Amino acid sequence: MRRTVGIGWLVLAIGVALGGTPAAPAQPGITLTYWQYYFESKVKTMDALIKQFETGHPGIRVVQETFPYDSYNQKVASAVPAGQGPDVVNLFYGWLPLYVGSGYLQPLPADAFPPAQIERESVPMIKAAKFHGRYWALPTAVRTLALFHNKDLFRKAGIARPPLTWDEFVADAQRLTERDARGRITVEGFGIAPSGQDHQLIREVLFRQWGAAPYSSDGRKVTYDTAAAAEALGWYTDLVTKQKVAVIDFFPGGNGYRDAFVAGKAAMIVDGSFAIGSIQNSAKFDWGVAPLPRRTAGGTPSNFGSFWVNGLTVKAKGARRDAAAAFLKFLTSPDTERLWLRQVGEIPASKALAADPKLVQDPVYGPFIASLPYAHATFFVDESAQRTVLLDAINEVVLNHKDPKAALDGAAAREQKILDDFWAKQATR
Amino acid sequence: MAPRTAVPTGGAPARAAGRPWRDAWASLVLAAGGIPIVFPFLWMLATALKTPQEIFEPHFWPHTPTLANVREVLLATQFPRWFGNSLGIALGTTASVAFFDSLVGYTLAKLRFPGREVIFGIILSTLMIPTEMLVIPWYVMSARLGWIDTYWGIMFPGLMSAFGVFLMRQFMAGVPDELLDAGRIDGVSEFGLFARIAVPLVRPALAALCIFTFLGNWNAFLWPLIVIQTPAMRTLPVGIALFSGEAGSSWHLIMAASSLAVLPVLAVFVLLQRHIIEGIVLTGLRT
Amino acid sequence: MAPARARPAALSLSARRALWAYTFLALPMAFYVAVRLAPAASALVISLHQWNILSPEKPWVGLANFRELRADPLFWKAAGNTLRYAAAGIPAQIGGGLGIALLLQRVRRLRDLLRALYFVPFVTPIVAASWVWQWMYSPQFGPLTRIFDALGLPAPAFLRTPGQALYAITAMVVWEFLGFQVVIFLAGLEAIPRVYYEAAAVDGAGGMGLFRHITVPLLNPTLVFSVVYGTIVYLQLFTQVLNMTFGDPGGPLGSTETVVLYVYQQGFQRFRMGQAAAATVVLFGAILAITLVQLRSLSRPVEY
Repeated sequence: MRRTVGIGWLVLAIGVALGGTPAAPAQPGITLTYWQYYFESKVKTMDALIKQFETGHPGIRVVQETFPYDSYNQKVASAVPAGQGPDVVNLFYGWLPLYVGSGYLQPLPADAFPPAQIERESVPMIKAAKFHGRYWALPTAVRTLALFHNKDLFRKAGIARPPLTWDEFVADAQRLTERDARGRITVEGFGIAPSGQDHQLIREVLFRQWGAAPYSSDGRKVTYDTAAAAEALGWYTDLVTKQKVAVIDFFPGGNGYRDAFVAGKAAMIVDGSFAIGSIQNSAKFDWGVAPLPRRTAGGTPSNFGSFWVNGLTVKAKGARRDAAAAFLKFLTSPDTERLWLRQVGEIPASKALAADPKLVQDPVYGPFIASLPYAHATFFVDESAQRTVLLDAINEVVLNHKDPKAALDGAAAREQKILDDFWAKQATR
Repeated sequence: MAPRTAVPTGGAPARAAGRPWRDAWASLVLAAGGIPIVFPFLWMLATALKTPQEIFEPHFWPHTPTLANVREVLLATQFPRWFGNSLGIALGTTASVAFFDSLVGYTLAKLRFPGREVIFGIILSTLMIPTEMLVIPWYVMSARLGWIDTYWGIMFPGLMSAFGVFLMRQFMAGVPDELLDAGRIDGVSEFGLFARIAVPLVRPALAALCIFTFLGNWNAFLWPLIVIQTPAMRTLPVGIALFSGEAGSSWHLIMAASSLAVLPVLAVFVLLQRHIIEGIVLTGLRT
Repeated sequence: MAPARARPAALSLSARRALWAYTFLALPMAFYVAVRLAPAASALVISLHQWNILSPEKPWVGLANFRELRADPLFWKAAGNTLRYAAAGIPAQIGGGLGIALLLQRVRRLRDLLRALYFVPFVTPIVAASWVWQWMYSPQFGPLTRIFDALGLPAPAFLRTPGQALYAITAMVVWEFLGFQVVIFLAGLEAIPRVYYEAAAVDGAGGMGLFRHITVPLLNPTLVFSVVYGTIVYLQLFTQVLNMTFGDPGGPLGSTETVVLYVYQQGFQRFRMGQAAAATVVLFGAILAITLVQLRSLSRPVEY
């Protein structure tokens, strides 16, 4: 029976041998690897773009590899310590400081990507990709927030148009909210989503409109520990506790608020332009998009902008780096941005393209485009931690009935520590 | 002459005594308790048959049941490929675990040798490190050995499991020493004692181990996610994760794909469970 | 030199058996060392370094990660929660599993169906199960709320209430593992030679007496396994918690945070691997200590 044990050894040995065979035969020229998260229209568009790029650049091959969205960051991070991973990588802009700070990305070559030109030609939020005075990655497309509203429900409630001010918004939400015999909400006036886009809404829209800048201009100091910001937070949490027009986690899942809207169970939601496609596909009622309301009619508009960027990793060196830079240049060209808008439905990062009258007047895209000039992209140094801080503050008020000012002061102190830790580590580098 | 030893096991006294009203009572309790237990599962199946609009309606059973979700999963995605990958990986690891874990479990339970407790302790302690901390070293190892994006790379961390060793050791401990000694006197090799005497006696536990190992690998997400690079290598859980994105999750497809992934496993369980239950084992000893 | 063939005979019987044991263990031990222990040891090393996973630099920081851990209220919360999950979940899972297994043994009709019924949760993919459970707990639409309404009781908010969320998730985990536990106990019960029951019945032992004096002692290896393995699983709870609280992982105000979720967030969302490794080391030490105590105090030699 020694034989059986021997077979076990053999199986393992064969496995090792098979596994050890190199997967791809050597290719002449340069083969670049490109990573992004899986989204069908993005993957297909990228395949088409790669084909186009390869035709224009003989000798360069690009291999696209994609991973599930929810685990994308983890997948990328896991590959780095093994020296594996892509030459060109697609990242959420809010992760950039972490990736740059650790030396995984290389700065974009200034001759091919002159900062002055980038800032002249792109929408203002792009400055969030600038770090240590240089650009480290660039987007093809950008996104902003707007108010999606269910026009059927609006009609039913006798409301003629979407709200222009937050006061109107509350009044509308009250009329739109439907309750059952027990007083339980069956249709939300507002599909509240602290963990969705609302924490961005609070930071960059409500705080600013209530007169509190969330951060100092260099992004290193938290400045929302003010009475004005507390009032804004209180206004938001009142939607749940006082106005009772919204229920947190009304629908389950990470995107429950959007599901509720699509199901006709939430009359309004604040969502990003990236949601247009899925709402278009699934909402079976008359819906519309309106600009985010303001504090007062004609008051200061504000918005939150965000984007996914393509950056060059330190894996791309020498000739590879030149090839990768050429590919990045191609991905940020006007032609690519136009195709991306057509195929993926994302707003071009270029000011000129976004100003296209056809786009500006589009009833769905228009409100998103109109807010580009005043869309702020928060400079996150540790996105998930900073997000949790604000979510906790909201929950402190809603669940523990803490005073908004006290909750916000606590949040500001916690977030300041995150910023300080980050910059302290940068300084020792 | 070949003496045959019969070891009837699984002695629930009621079965022999046979009091019908008690049995009926037990069935009733189990059936009543089973309703809330299967309810979430049925909900998943029902959702799989609903249109994307209907899945958020409060009613349980679809008013207009549709196979559109199932069709989309089967035809418009690489589901069959994911299924095949998962099946091969789960079967391969299960075979390896069944063999090695029962051998190690037997050795630790029935053979006396210096260091036995220490070795058991070491193996058991490997259960106490969360996978989350192991994937980076595994990935580094795989990169060095060229295992990334290979079936072997997906499988290798699961080829043996401390869980199985622990389970089999506990059950092997119940194998009577007299049987093994009798076998030794009869000249059965040490491996033969394991394979022909001990293993048949712990068949219920071995069947359970096979089911658990298969399921564990069938549902494994984290390590396959990390080690897989190309679409052709994706396993079921990694493939199903593609239905969730920044613009929301396609719950109708997630439920359809999950249902399609579960039903074959459930069928296998129904087939295998007889082995868990039928503990009456005849062990033939030959001279 | 002695002829090669004479050598085995020169070894004593016990030495030969030990040699066989080492032969059987050689490959598995190589596997466990290379695939499990070495990576685990690397976690210990990393816990003494500051390591942003993306960075090639790993400066030595001594025990700083552990000090930071001690000062982090979220870690303490996670540790306390993890113990709460175990304290609530393990007895429920083992008690429920044993009860169901004993009942299943009595059943003659529909045995296969009933057994499959209780195993169904264990095969249901966790992503799908979590979504359904979140609906079940929904204060607006969930069936549980309807039941509370029918009873005239105020419906709880379950996952949105910091005091309840942890137990709501525990219930789902118990639901999921019940089938696993039942199979383990069925296998254990089936392994008990029937002759003991018959002998005891002849001696006049009744149902409860049989259970206490035959079933429980002879089921000891299975019970030990269940308690020890259950502890290891519950103390490493992660996937279920993450999926049940996807928008705000760890639940409102960290009320469902676990140690492994903390490890995941530190390591893979914030890239602070040193901190993640330190938490892992603490968790490992805790599980090891608890497991050793359990093995010492629960294990009894099987005496027939």
